[in-house]
Amino acid sequence: MSAVAVERLWRRRLERREAAARLFVAACQAATLLGLVFLAILLVDVARDGAGYLRAELVTNFPSRFPQQAGYASALVGTLYVTGLMGLVAFPLGVAAAVYLEEYAPPGRLARLLEVNIANLAAVPSVLYGLLGLGLFVEGLRMGKSVLAGALTLALLVLPLTILSSREAIRAVPFSVREAAYALGATRWEVVRHHVLPYAAPGILTGTILSLSRAVGETAPLIMLGALQYVPFLPRGVWDYFTVLPIQIFNYVSLPNPEFHRLAAAGILLLLAVLLALNGTAIWLRNRTRIRW
Amino acid sequence: MDAAVEARLRPEVVHRGVAPGAPVLRTEDLRVWYGAQPALRGVTLDVPERRITAVIGPSGCGKSTLVRAINRMNELIPGVRTEGRVLFRGQDLYGAGVDPVEVRLRIGMVFQKPNPFPKSVYENVAFGLRLHRRLSRRELDERVERALRQAALWDEVKDDLHRKSGLELSGGQQQRLCIARALAVEPEVLLLDEPCSALDPISTARIEALMEELKRDYTLVIVTHNMQQAARVSDFTAFLLDGELVEFGPTEELFTRPRDRRTEDYITGRFG
Repeated sequence: MSAVAVERLWRRRLERREAAARLFVAACQAATLLGLVFLAILLVDVARDGAGYLRAELVTNFPSRFPQQAGYASALVGTLYVTGLMGLVAFPLGVAAAVYLEEYAPPGRLARLLEVNIANLAAVPSVLYGLLGLGLFVEGLRMGKSVLAGALTLALLVLPLTILSSREAIRAVPFSVREAAYALGATRWEVVRHHVLPYAAPGILTGTILSLSRAVGETAPLIMLGALQYVPFLPRGVWDYFTVLPIQIFNYVSLPNPEFHRLAAAGILLLLAVLLALNGTAIWLRNRTRIRW
Repeated sequence: MDAAVEARLRPEVVHRGVAPGAPVLRTEDLRVWYGAQPALRGVTLDVPERRITAVIGPSGCGKSTLVRAINRMNELIPGVRTEGRVLFRGQDLYGAGVDPVEVRLRIGMVFQKPNPFPKSVYENVAFGLRLHRRLSRRELDERVERALRQAALWDEVKDDLHRKSGLELSGGQQQRLCIARALAVEPEVLLLDEPCSALDPISTARIEALMEELKRDYTLVIVTHNMQQAARVSDFTAFLLDGELVEFGPTEELFTRPRDRRTEDYITGRFG
């Protein structure tokens, strides 16, 4: 083959190679767009339905037989209360477990077994956690259908996620920094206390908030637990009855009066706002405090 | 007697891999495995006090493993097994009841890649001091300044001690910060594991000049893959190959009249 022919062949194949590249990028863009499109449709639909109920009474009124007077006061406060309490329980447990697994647990079969089990726990259907909470907290420990029982159940649900994300953050601290501290005569605990934990803190907090936000939308385990659907008061303590936004929404959706369906749509917007606030905090925290190694 | 002088007087001692002069640190038949893979196959080496000892050899010959065995850093890596002894002023650092924390306090280390803490320059240097001593604010300030001066970094950072993060310094400054950090706790020996391999020639020259200063007060062991560097800065050189000590002696001799054929091949660039 002449040099010119070889060159021409190469050019033609180059065009094909570049076309393949463009096709791949287009496919990726389409995949990204698809998700966004459905989210947008959902949002627009919900916003149109719920717009009429987006007013102060939405968060100040208690549930009522009359949709015009009904609101989410007890559900919103219940969600914040349960989420906060759940965070207080899941955060220290998750971080402690992650530190143990990353920094102390001797590598070997036991560590691998623990690792696989935690990953599996993160995938267990949330209904099962509801059953566990019902048996263990509500009945076994006689906590009743209380805020505490709900928070503990959800804490168990998010614990595997908290552990996983904390481990991720701890692993992101370079080994060379640990080495530097050890080489100065630091003990293992001092390395963890002065270096690993402070440097991993932004990632740990971000991960924890994101796993908490997952629990905010959970309905099933709390229904299993027997959380009430009609709570015309704010919980004043951890032993009080409670309800949360998803349960209240579920309740309104199942009523026959279509006005309640619009109220439910407004509730979904409220729930989305709570989630957005949580996730926004996480992202803000991450961008502000991230260490660039 | 001056170590270098005696080494020249008694080459036969050197030849057996036993260092001359006043050995302060001695590895005895040191063997290290990574899992089943041997990394050191019985190294016996005497490190003379207040001299610079260079460890050279091709990649994977066990240079780093050797120095990391001296201050017991290897045991942080899972699956590492160590046999033999490391005698420091007569005490076996691997003996029963010896705490690696104490070993690392007395034998400091500077790593290949500068690894400052993501904290202020001041806190980087003060960290080790705070761990081991209870010092007043003034004493701490003084010691931090002294360490930074010793590492020839003080003038460049003195105005920003508390505000500037160690990570904001240039690579060469970071490495000098790491040296200051190691010096602050006043070790007796300083191990440097390829301290210049990530640095540009100017920063390298500064570190080398610094080592020349430090050897008045410290025993230095430097791992380097750069033979010119070993020839420039060290008083003694150990040549390692496949986890074995091939030759050890005064740097000048090893580079001009190597006794072992493999040493000659290596320093003349025939392999590695």
